[in-house]
Amino acid sequence: MSEPDTREISVEALRAGDRDEFARFVDMYSSPIYRLGLRMLGREQDAEDVLQNTFIKVLQYISGFEERSSLSTWVYRIAANEALMMLRRMRPEVNLDDQGNQDDDDFAPAQFVDWGALPEDKLLTGEAKKVLDRAIQKLPATLRVVFILRDIEGLSIKETSDALNLTETNVKTRLLRARLNLREKLSVYYGKHFPRELDNE
Amino acid sequence: MSNHKHTNMTCDQLLGLLSDYLDGYTHDEVCREIEHHMSECQNCRVVVDTTRKTISLVHACNDTQLSLPEDVRERLFKRLNLDDYLKQQNAP
Repeated sequence: MSEPDTREISVEALRAGDRDEFARFVDMYSSPIYRLGLRMLGREQDAEDVLQNTFIKVLQYISGFEERSSLSTWVYRIAANEALMMLRRMRPEVNLDDQGNQDDDDFAPAQFVDWGALPEDKLLTGEAKKVLDRAIQKLPATLRVVFILRDIEGLSIKETSDALNLTETNVKTRLLRARLNLREKLSVYYGKHFPRELDNE
Repeated sequence: MSNHKHTNMTCDQLLGLLSDYLDGYTHDEVCREIEHHMSECQNCRVVVDTTRKTISLVHACNDTQLSLPEDVRERLFKRLNLDDYLKQQNAP
């Protein structure tokens, strides 16, 4: 098997229309962008549309890319915008422009089941993974996109804020709300499924 | 969650610092205050532990190693007029 290609992508070569470099760039970023689309929209066909539209826009706009952010952040920004625009088209009633200023009480912890010390192999059953997946899908889009970039794809707070054109404070607020929301749902699930173990904790 | 005061930090203040604390972005002194608060407040300790575990479970079962399905890659390359690169696999 050949070694994976981890050489940095040359923005200059992309700008010059170098097809070798563009093919390498597409292979480097297509998996994370497809995953982002799938997590945001929930359907493979929509994720594929996000993927294709993202790289078509990269081709259109690479000549004007001024490197104020990294190439990686720039491509995530295009992909996140594509996914959010598609969501807006599919569900116009969903407000994607709010700045995450909902009442803090909506996110205040209400479940205090102490499952944090249970071993991971016990917690990660097939059913629990589905509960977690559904909970991520059900996060409001404005929280979900932050959570995906930061906690799933591993972007930093700064990169996430650049990709989404949000302040770092706003990213942190949304991330905390997303994490607390998922924690709450897992607490309900584990509280029901491990009552005996949790009584002995 | 109640908002009583343990040490110099309220439960709400701890909650506001939770993500930074779990991501390792808080200063030593703030970390000590959070840990002191947790030693006296069972609910906050549970919230911190289970939020940490939630993030860890997301990492454990996330699909970042999932590569693009071959047919999706093929259609993408054709759409981008990169058909002649289809046989190469440059994914890191």
